[in-house]
Amino acid sequence: MIGKIAWKNIVHKPLSSILCVSLLLFGVGIITVLLLIQKQLEDKFERDLKDIDLVIGAKGSPLQLVLSSVYHLDAPTGNIDMAEARTIMENPMVAEAIPLAYGDSYRGYRILGTTEAYLNKYDAQIRDGRIFSSPMEATLGARIAEKTGLKVGDVFLGTHGEVKDGGEVHEDSPYTVVGILENTNTVLDQLLLTRVESVWQVHDHGEHGEHKGPGGVFSEGREVYSAQHQGLPTVEHGEHGDHEGHDHGDHEGHDHGDHEGHDHDDHKGHDHDDHEGHDHDDHEGHDHDDHEGHDHDDHEGHDHGDHEGHDHDDHEGHDHSDHGEQNEEITAVLLKYKSKRSVYNMPRSINEQTNMQAVIPSIEINRLFYMLGIGATTLKLIAAGIMLMAGLSVFFVLYNRLRERRYEVALMRSVGYKPFDLFGLLILEGAILAAMGYALGWVLSRVGLYFINRQAQNDFNQQFDLGFVSGEIWLIAITILVGILAAFLPAWQAMRMEVSETLSEN
Amino acid sequence: MIKTSELAYRYPESNPIVFPDLSVEPGHALLIRGESGCGKTTLLHLLAGLRKPTYGQVIVDGVKISDLQTQQLDQFRGNNIGIVYQQSYFIQSLSVLDNLMISPYSRDIDKARTSAGRLQIHDLLHRSPQKLSIGQQQRVSIARAVMNDPKVILADEPTSALDNKNCRQVINLLLEEAAQNDAALVIVTHDDRLKSNIKDTIELEALLV
Repeated sequence: MIGKIAWKNIVHKPLSSILCVSLLLFGVGIITVLLLIQKQLEDKFERDLKDIDLVIGAKGSPLQLVLSSVYHLDAPTGNIDMAEARTIMENPMVAEAIPLAYGDSYRGYRILGTTEAYLNKYDAQIRDGRIFSSPMEATLGARIAEKTGLKVGDVFLGTHGEVKDGGEVHEDSPYTVVGILENTNTVLDQLLLTRVESVWQVHDHGEHGEHKGPGGVFSEGREVYSAQHQGLPTVEHGEHGDHEGHDHGDHEGHDHGDHEGHDHDDHKGHDHDDHEGHDHDDHEGHDHDDHEGHDHDDHEGHDHGDHEGHDHDDHEGHDHSDHGEQNEEITAVLLKYKSKRSVYNMPRSINEQTNMQAVIPSIEINRLFYMLGIGATTLKLIAAGIMLMAGLSVFFVLYNRLRERRYEVALMRSVGYKPFDLFGLLILEGAILAAMGYALGWVLSRVGLYFINRQAQNDFNQQFDLGFVSGEIWLIAITILVGILAAFLPAWQAMRMEVSETLSEN
Repeated sequence: MIKTSELAYRYPESNPIVFPDLSVEPGHALLIRGESGCGKTTLLHLLAGLRKPTYGQVIVDGVKISDLQTQQLDQFRGNNIGIVYQQSYFIQSLSVLDNLMISPYSRDIDKARTSAGRLQIHDLLHRSPQKLSIGQQQRVSIARAVMNDPKVILADEPTSALDNKNCRQVINLLLEEAAQNDAALVIVTHDDRLKSNIKDTIELEALLV
């Protein structure tokens, strides 16, 4: 009966009840949406991070590198050289190294050149077809297949850059869909996956055009040289090819066939003794300011002994002519160490000694969540303020109603209810108001999230699950507690009421 | 049955009110008359156990209710005493029927319907109490007072707000219901119209000691 009376009392005065409930529901709604988004973002970021210990990419914002290479949420920081990256990938401390090459997209979805290891990292299962094996074959993430309607056997063209429409379409390099993955709830779902070579093939013409231009590549070559001399145990094969080509032109212009001859033999053979042995005075004797200005000063300035120290076997193991032709670049490398102890040593040497950067993604993501957390905390404080006001409104409403209802309380006592029953009645009313506020707030949060999802779907390819998260249990408890606390004083008064005095009032 | 002995009540900072002893057998009625301010309502509250006497005893059905603790009193009252007030008190948010069944000790819906039939309020059961006329409200109060098969029915000015016709109806219904339940009926009032209906009368004068 107490329960029925409590409920009827709430329904009997709908306006004040609606006031209480609506304040509660907005507080609850905001907090629930925040809880859901925060939890699911953290889970998603955690899932996608997998066991990636280190990300290597072009210098730039570390966070951008992580967002772009691990989560595919941002533009790449730039490209790095495959050969330079390879020395790190082949480091004995590295357990797994996955190259990523991206920059193109299909209908706004990223085309990612990688290896099969990347799919295995996220435990991808094939739903249809197979995993890409040759260049220009593509395997699609589940959501991509769903969104684009592409099927196995279909052909699509990549767009340069990551824009939805507009942008340069690579019309002469179509991709063929060879497989579609099962849903993994990871970043895989929204990627078009292919071999790294496909990305190179697509960009072959464009990049060569650029690099063949005089001057630009020359300076690039110099940069690589200086990187080499700083002790990174690799030689940039591709740049060598270019370097040679330009040298030839330059040197020929200066008409000193002698120099030309020994210089290039030396480079190819890496016969540094010989290089050292050649007479630099002789060079100076030639009238070629240009030549002196960059090439030889540079060479002289560096310690050739150091140069000798490079791993020449490795160097020679590569096919020079091939690399000379194709400038292999990738966007990032995802590394996993054999031992976690290595994590803190490697990034520093890479950051200091190469023109790549190495970033520990978990640190960047923690930093990101810390920053997001500040915003979320502000919103939570606002919501907590609303909850507090809701609590106060429940208090005022119950307190006022008790004044109107004091004869009812006296009547209930006179028909046999104990003082504690009256206390319980008021507490129950507060709790019911709070529970209604919670229930409606829960509904509001789901409706809100549904609309956020519709928006997020377009903007970030991110979907939030509408399910229950553990933090909500606390929110239920807190909300009910707010209702009970607000009802406490009126309930106390109802319990302590002097029945006889009240009935004698008139 | 109900009886009192040497009953007196003292409000803070005033002289005690001493009440004459009274005793009412089951099925009998007693009218306690007195002018306003002579302590009629105080006496009724003492009889109902809503207030504890400063001196003396109230015995209902052999139980000294003046010795009971608050919680025991609430329970005893709920089980044994029916009260009709001058003004009808209802839980406004509940229907007439739910108001009849308000007591935690008398939740018998058949009994509620039977009483309502006797008191001719059976078509009002699903109405809201504040929509009833004063006469109807008082009949609902009487029906509620007998819901727990009371040993004692106490009525505080049950007719003073009613016109003659309703007054007659209400007093007759009270007497009938008391007889029906074999309950002792005590009415405190200053309403002279009731004199003709009840033989046993005590005139209350404030006795100051």
